[in-house]
Amino acid sequence: MASSAPQFHSTPFTLSIFLKRFGLLLVYALLGLGLSLLSDRFLTGANQINILRQATISGIVAIGMTLVILTAGIDLSVGSILALSAVITADLLKQGMPVVLAILIALGVGALMGMVNGLMIARGKIPPFIATLGMLTVGRGLTLMYTQGKPFTGLPDTFRFIGTGSIGAIPMPIVIAAALFIFVTVVLTRTRFGEYIYLIGDNPLAARLAGINTNRMIVFVYMISGMCSALAGLILIARLDSAQPVIGVGYEFSAIAAVVVGGTSFSGGEGTLFGTLLGTLLIETLSNGLNLLNVSQLWEQVIKGVVIALALLFYNAINRSSK
Amino acid sequence: MADQTYRLELKNITKSFPGVLAVQDVTLSAYPGEILALAGENGAGKSTLMNILSGAFTADAGMILLDGQEVKISSPRRAQELGIAMIHQELALIPQMTVAQNIFLGREPLFAAGTLVNTKIMQTEAQRILNQLGLDFAVTALISDLSIAQRQMVEIAKAISIKSRVIILDEPTSALTERESGKLFGLMRSLREQGVTLIYISHRMEEIFDLSDRLAVMRDGQLVGVAATKELNVNSVVQMMVGRELKEFFPKAETQRGEVALEVHHLRSGTHLKDATFTLFKGEIVGLAGLVGSGRTEIARVLFGADQNEGGEIRVAGAVAHIHSPQEAIRLGIGLVTEDRKAQGLFLGQSVRSNASVSLFERLSRFGFLLYGQIDQWMRGAIQQLNIRTANLEQRVGSLSGGNQQKVVIARWLALNPKILILDEPTRGIDVSSKAEIYNLMSELAAKGMAILMISSELPEILGVSDRILVMREGRLMAEFSRAEATQDRIMQAATGQLLNAGGNS
Repeated sequence: MASSAPQFHSTPFTLSIFLKRFGLLLVYALLGLGLSLLSDRFLTGANQINILRQATISGIVAIGMTLVILTAGIDLSVGSILALSAVITADLLKQGMPVVLAILIALGVGALMGMVNGLMIARGKIPPFIATLGMLTVGRGLTLMYTQGKPFTGLPDTFRFIGTGSIGAIPMPIVIAAALFIFVTVVLTRTRFGEYIYLIGDNPLAARLAGINTNRMIVFVYMISGMCSALAGLILIARLDSAQPVIGVGYEFSAIAAVVVGGTSFSGGEGTLFGTLLGTLLIETLSNGLNLLNVSQLWEQVIKGVVIALALLFYNAINRSSK
Repeated sequence: MADQTYRLELKNITKSFPGVLAVQDVTLSAYPGEILALAGENGAGKSTLMNILSGAFTADAGMILLDGQEVKISSPRRAQELGIAMIHQELALIPQMTVAQNIFLGREPLFAAGTLVNTKIMQTEAQRILNQLGLDFAVTALISDLSIAQRQMVEIAKAISIKSRVIILDEPTSALTERESGKLFGLMRSLREQGVTLIYISHRMEEIFDLSDRLAVMRDGQLVGVAATKELNVNSVVQMMVGRELKEFFPKAETQRGEVALEVHHLRSGTHLKDATFTLFKGEIVGLAGLVGSGRTEIARVLFGADQNEGGEIRVAGAVAHIHSPQEAIRLGIGLVTEDRKAQGLFLGQSVRSNASVSLFERLSRFGFLLYGQIDQWMRGAIQQLNIRTANLEQRVGSLSGGNQQKVVIARWLALNPKILILDEPTRGIDVSSKAEIYNLMSELAAKGMAILMISSELPEILGVSDRILVMREGRLMAEFSRAEATQDRIMQAATGQLLNAGGNS
């Protein structure tokens, strides 16, 4: 066969490729510019830290959600997993369990619920939407049963550090979220597991025939999503000093919104964690800005919905032009 | 034919895409009532040219004349109105709807404007067209219940129903058995009698010579020649296509048959595979022939652990093997290049690197971290060895040509250096030089001691490549021929269970 060494050349850099890669960053910059012109409080350090702190909870949930959506799945149960693991942890802490052990148990509960999701999807062949919708109801029901409808309040200070403490000037929630973001980015881009996630999302049948243990990978991915939810719940109750039985309701929406705005494709195999980070920040910045401008809560909902729809139209337009 | 007027004239058609001049100054004409074959390697510009004709693309320059009138074909809908229909490789029918519904899709007869569909008229009209074409399936049958060949016939019926004057067929036989192809050709010939112009894109030389009146060959976006088919021969055409002479199309090196690599006794699975017993030796290429649905693909799937083995014994290198998953098969040194590379082989949205090296991820990683340096080093070697044409390792595999995509899948298995390699329709829908390269490679691998099982519906390929030929019929292994014994007629006879006449009325 041919004997010359392969000559590689780079693909031409077109406008659609530029928009695909930097479009979201551009939108984020424009939004920031607009808000800083409209409100002189927006660009202050305190407000920016505030945005980041707000973004940590939904951001951590969105990290797990990104992995799930990359496999062409969906996890609607994140809010319920967050709630059940949070109330169990709060109860255990109040009974005097050591903080580290209680945190591990919370993560364990999240992992276990994620594993049930994963097994239903991978082994039971139940569509992810249905399987996790079931877990959403079951988790919320168990949370209400566990708490008898009453909140746990008054958590130990050592535990509250993860929600209210800070390292230097940086609040703990931001430190934790940033560390998790970097860790999962490395996993997605540098490891075998990360590659498998993209391949399974792209074509599960081909993945199985290429020798990938697809069932096991899918169970892992839902376990990670469950653990991310549990972690977000811990930070949330540490900050609020209270675990309400209705905590985390609707979190699946903000997480999915962040992932989708961040450019991850619902059909799987395409997307980045950096996109999800931008998506999360964009949505939080939008809320923050609308707050600063005294726009009503009701309009905020409408505007967020419109932004998500616009983001999807934008990606569709880019994808069409780059094919 | 010179005094006849042209049905279709393409004049100086040019079309470029970013970075590629896909069609360059092509002038080509076709008569009414002729079958014009269009040949060329993948990427030669055949499909682009035909897409311009059918309105999917607009030409940058040049003009198109239909029955002497200049026409502007701005959209597929306009092409339809002008009576130009294109039947694509990937069929565009809706599986959940009936034959009649598909034929009249978007043009359903209504009771009155803006009201409900008049199903009765639609079905009567569809039936009339099926009768005209001599097709015997029901107009109320669901597309999903039809074979690929029958679906193609529905596409043709659809083209007839819009009174097409020009019908373009893009590799219509790539998914058909010989018998089904025969039927399609019959239909094409009768359309020719009715004065329809048929433009027929194919990679299969035999069919081109059997069927076409004239042959046009494209290379690198240009038309390199048009001639009456009977004045050409396979060698001259292949030479025109690739621009050089191919050494030998089926390079069969003499190989030394080694030890037993695989033994299979009474293999059974599902409804399609009832009983297969055979042995595979190291260093030989065994061709597995049979009609589609005869259980060939099922043998591959069971051996690879993709389907359950329901009784029957598999021995790999003498030891009994229980293969429950592709991972176990891979561990035993078995590789499978699947039949449908887009659905089962490739990750179309992912890079060439990921697609080719996925099989190496276990081996070339440390603590789960991929060793990209080693992976890329291996990739460069594989790209060179298999002559894969890709811009770089990041390129999406979906944007490669069919032949290069297939080489990427093959590279994936070669990475593991398997003892047994199963290839299911390895050259379906790929260009001639890629075909020749794949045959060469198989021959080289066998010479190095690999046992190769090749499933194919193309008899010339089976005869040209195999050391030994197995034939399946209705889920059972019916016959085995040595290379010397095998002929097309003997294989067809075993595959169909019928004695063939000299003419071969299969």
